[in-house]
Amino acid sequence: MKGILGTKVGMTQIWKGDKAVPVTVILAGPCPVVQRKTIEKDGYEAVQLGFQSQKPQRVNKPAKGHFAKAGVEPVKYLREIRGFNPEGDTVTVSIFNVGEVVDVTGTSKGHGFTGVMKKWNFAGGYDSHGAHKIHRHGGSIGNRKTPGRVFKGKKMAGRWGNERVTIQGLEVVDVLENENLILVKGSVPGANGSLVVVRQTSKVPAVKAGKGGK
Amino acid sequence: MNRGALLKVVEKKYTRTDIPQFKPGDTVRVNYKVVEGNRTRVQAYEGVVIKIKRNGFNSAFTVRKISFNEGVERIFPFNSPLIESVQVVSRGKVRRAKLYYLRELRGKAARIKGDRKRLSEDVEARAAAAKEAAEAKAAAAVEESKE
Repeated sequence: MKGILGTKVGMTQIWKGDKAVPVTVILAGPCPVVQRKTIEKDGYEAVQLGFQSQKPQRVNKPAKGHFAKAGVEPVKYLREIRGFNPEGDTVTVSIFNVGEVVDVTGTSKGHGFTGVMKKWNFAGGYDSHGAHKIHRHGGSIGNRKTPGRVFKGKKMAGRWGNERVTIQGLEVVDVLENENLILVKGSVPGANGSLVVVRQTSKVPAVKAGKGGK
Repeated sequence: MNRGALLKVVEKKYTRTDIPQFKPGDTVRVNYKVVEGNRTRVQAYEGVVIKIKRNGFNSAFTVRKISFNEGVERIFPFNSPLIESVQVVSRGKVRRAKLYYLRELRGKAARIKGDRKRLSEDVEARAAAAKEAAEAKAAAAVEESKE
């Protein structure tokens, strides 16, 4: 599964024929190959890619040694792509073609500690009619002696976002090799400027109705 | 490059520069491509610009007209490839950026005063363009006669 590291630039729309297509622009690569993991040595096959150059004084000694061994300039981010063994020393956006389907992994926007109304779309309580301090509460969280406990996974208030999220099955709308940009159709997790990993999709393409079968 | 510059790189390919300048209150004729089956034809839609949504590449304008006694509003993205051309029919003088009040008004009350300053500027611009075109034509004719 080929893949590349990038940052989310932002969303815009482009025109395909007479249809406007919502796209997320991702600035991806060029990613130096820092390490290749092999089945013999590491038990699995993967490639460790770097992304975005880092000042040498910001890199600690172990990392410095790691980069020196690979013979690459220090980078800010290191991520592994499983089952990918690229040719050459760098991976660029040209590994993807227009029309391909990709999965994009990022860190979702952190919303901090969030109440149930915002986080789970609970209705909350009454604003008036004698309601007492339950305007934005979630109401009851369980029953009585049976089951006598709160079920696991009960939707409650708490930290929301800032977690790893993968969006599967996004179409590559355009690849601008000179500018290192990939345009994927639809939205991508995370804030603008955050790190995203674009991978060839793990999904098996659905058989279109009318094709295949009988 | 920063974020905005990168987005501009993407949008540049699709950005149209041939749409003339106009403001809310102006009357425009939008020649819009209509796809019917496998052939396209151009349909003119004329009315008052009541709103311009400024949103960078995604900007759009709303044109209102009264069609068979029914108010009709259409929204056109500035960069839509379906717009064949836009002609400014007249310039209006208004005091608002969004002319929603026109929705409540009909007939005489819904008229917009002409902006004489900008209209005269249009006339001058047209004259200058015509003059330039004539000069270019004359120059080309001279070139041709030389040959």
